[in-house]
Amino acid sequence: MDAQKVVLAGRLALTGVLWRMSGKTTGVYCRAVKKHWCETVFQSPQRLFCNVSAPGQNRCFFHTSTPGQKRWFFHISTPGQNRCLYHTSTPGHHRWLSNNSTPGQNRCLTHTSTLGQNRCTSTPGHCRWYSHASTPGHRRWYCHTATPGPHVCIVGSGPAGFYTAQHILKNHKTARVDIYEKLPVPFGLVRFGVAPDHPEVKNVINTFTNTAANDRCSFLGNVTVGKDVTVAELRQAYDAVIMSYGADADKEFGIPGENLPGVYSARAFVGWYNGLPQDKHLAPMLDTDTAVVLGQGNVALDVARILLTPLSILKKTDITDHAAAALETSQVKTVYIVGRRGPLQTAFTIKELREMTKLPDCRPVLDPADFTGLEDKVKSLQRPRKRLTELLIKTSQTGGATAQETQRLDQATREWGLKFLRSPLEILPTQDGTRISAIRLGVNRLEGSDSSARAIPTGETEVLSCGLVLRSIGYKSVPIDDSVPFDSQKGVIPNTAGRVTGCKGLYCSGWVRRGPTGVILTTMTDGFETGKAVVDDLTTGVLQPLGGVRGQEWIQPLLHKRGIQAVTFEDWNKIDNEEMMRGEKVGKPREKIVEVKEMLQVALSGR
Amino acid sequence: MASSVLFPASARFLSGFRHFSRLSRAAPASFTSLCRPHNHSLSTTARNFSQPTPRAEKAKVTVHYSMADGSTVTVQSKEGENLLDIAIENDLDIDGFGACEGTLACSTCHLIFQQPIYDQLEEPTDEELDMLDLAFGLTDTSRLGCQVCVTKALDGLTVKVPEGVADARDV
Repeated sequence: MDAQKVVLAGRLALTGVLWRMSGKTTGVYCRAVKKHWCETVFQSPQRLFCNVSAPGQNRCFFHTSTPGQKRWFFHISTPGQNRCLYHTSTPGHHRWLSNNSTPGQNRCLTHTSTLGQNRCTSTPGHCRWYSHASTPGHRRWYCHTATPGPHVCIVGSGPAGFYTAQHILKNHKTARVDIYEKLPVPFGLVRFGVAPDHPEVKNVINTFTNTAANDRCSFLGNVTVGKDVTVAELRQAYDAVIMSYGADADKEFGIPGENLPGVYSARAFVGWYNGLPQDKHLAPMLDTDTAVVLGQGNVALDVARILLTPLSILKKTDITDHAAAALETSQVKTVYIVGRRGPLQTAFTIKELREMTKLPDCRPVLDPADFTGLEDKVKSLQRPRKRLTELLIKTSQTGGATAQETQRLDQATREWGLKFLRSPLEILPTQDGTRISAIRLGVNRLEGSDSSARAIPTGETEVLSCGLVLRSIGYKSVPIDDSVPFDSQKGVIPNTAGRVTGCKGLYCSGWVRRGPTGVILTTMTDGFETGKAVVDDLTTGVLQPLGGVRGQEWIQPLLHKRGIQAVTFEDWNKIDNEEMMRGEKVGKPREKIVEVKEMLQVALSGR
Repeated sequence: MASSVLFPASARFLSGFRHFSRLSRAAPASFTSLCRPHNHSLSTTARNFSQPTPRAEKAKVTVHYSMADGSTVTVQSKEGENLLDIAIENDLDIDGFGACEGTLACSTCHLIFQQPIYDQLEEPTDEELDMLDLAFGLTDTSRLGCQVCVTKALDGLTVKVPEGVADARDV
């Protein structure tokens, strides 16, 4: 197939992908506009415009958030001719911005007042077009470098991996970064963890996509490190190897009944509604009126919110089709979110709590007694905890702030509540043992106050009827390979500032380094810190360059021999487009492909 | 160069979207519409979209970004632009700035203001304060850059980019 593709990258989005076959334009897909063959279409009009006026003449206009300002301008007038213009806010000023990677002349910033004039040189160190062998007809910017730089390998393509890559590519001018990923699709928990009704959090994908567009960065999906290739092999091939594979197991209570039908880990439940291939068959039992979520972190609130959000809202998100269908018949009316400690020790953040208080057709049921005496204490708390506690107290007071709000709460058909100072002791089956009927909770008291307070059992117990239990007490990292040290007590790879203890050239980043907590900002910080350690070690000579044929050129033949077909970022773009096209047909931003086999089919099509 | 067919539809859709975005709590891209200075006709904007003719002149505002490394970068912006977009437009080198692209889903565009300037700004919303709570190095005069639009009255203001987030955790 004679397909040509041009990818536009910008701050706002990897904005458009254009396919041309046999010299004739067959379609334009604008990612941000989420439209195929878009003709005067506006999805998010304060940001982006897209227009296709005539076959063979395609135009994509991308409008920034500031009205009146132009950013990306893409124009193909003659088949076979590609032009990528960056239009700054100064009218009439165009420049090439096809590439911003390699040392020295990475940025091909040739001013050209004559459209179509391409003045990129092929001098070493400069950039030129070259034909990509693996995809026929596919061309990409390639940058010559006189001396090949060091090779860096990142294991895991979630936010930790991408932020680490970003820092290294920015601060080391010749390093090449290869990101390995078990699945054929990148972005880890941004794709499989972030709730479908939080699309704005997923905007970081645009930054990651820009990182992947860097010529010194490669994505190798569908490669399981530890199975398809060992860490030892990677360390032979790369000057530095970074573990950022996250935490994909979960903590358990080890209580009777934990494995009964109707008890699930929140991690699997999240994977199920977010299209994680391994969780697609979860089929949680939603034919019950009461669900109990054990744990009081943001994941607990996420799963509670998904259980309680009206389907009309969820249907417009990228929630998987199978989850939407199951939630449509869900009987769940009440969700209890249970924590072993008190209101001052909850782990969720205020944004997620505020969302719960505003859920349509849903009412919070908090026991005011849980908050007695806190009004005085609240004043001495640090701002985040203070505002969170104030919101909890306010929510616990009966009625809304306005008559309208009170009416909304009174008419709600669903409800949620927080239960404090309760630890699960046993999950009880129904008489026939086919599902669960209740959970027995032990009542605790607190020893100490503030965040370090400990829960001490009082010996009292109570039974709460429920038909669904979601265990949400945290994710857990697991060892990847015997050659990498692992602290199973803390569930992390032992390290100092990202350098793995006792293993020169081995690094770690993200949850596997720090433990499974924190928001995207925490992981970004973490990634930058590990990236800095790598760059420092590469530039100060701590790591001696391996030289010779290294990096993926060394690994790819190994994979080939083992029958593993690595998925590139260009391949992922095909999956991405396919998903968005499927989503468009049903009025969603995307319909995720949930089978690895199908992902590979789409990814490797046309090769 | 651009099709003129584009614009009537855009104007209609834009105004519809603006209305919607006010009602919606966290609609992406709604933040600019919250900036008062933008409330003038958007159709004017659209009409001028692909034409080099200058649109109605907006007052220029000088902004000084006091960077984490101690240097100061001075940039020109126009009234109504927010401090995140201004930083991006001017290629300011701040690691990870604006990760969620101004949709109130992170706190990476955290900026610190001088008290007199802070007092002139419109009150932050609960949602902005919620995100600020998670910012490293939070101060009493902290705001999110994406939520603060510059006005002529703020001309010459200095905003401080907080210490590198990594440093804050190094202690």
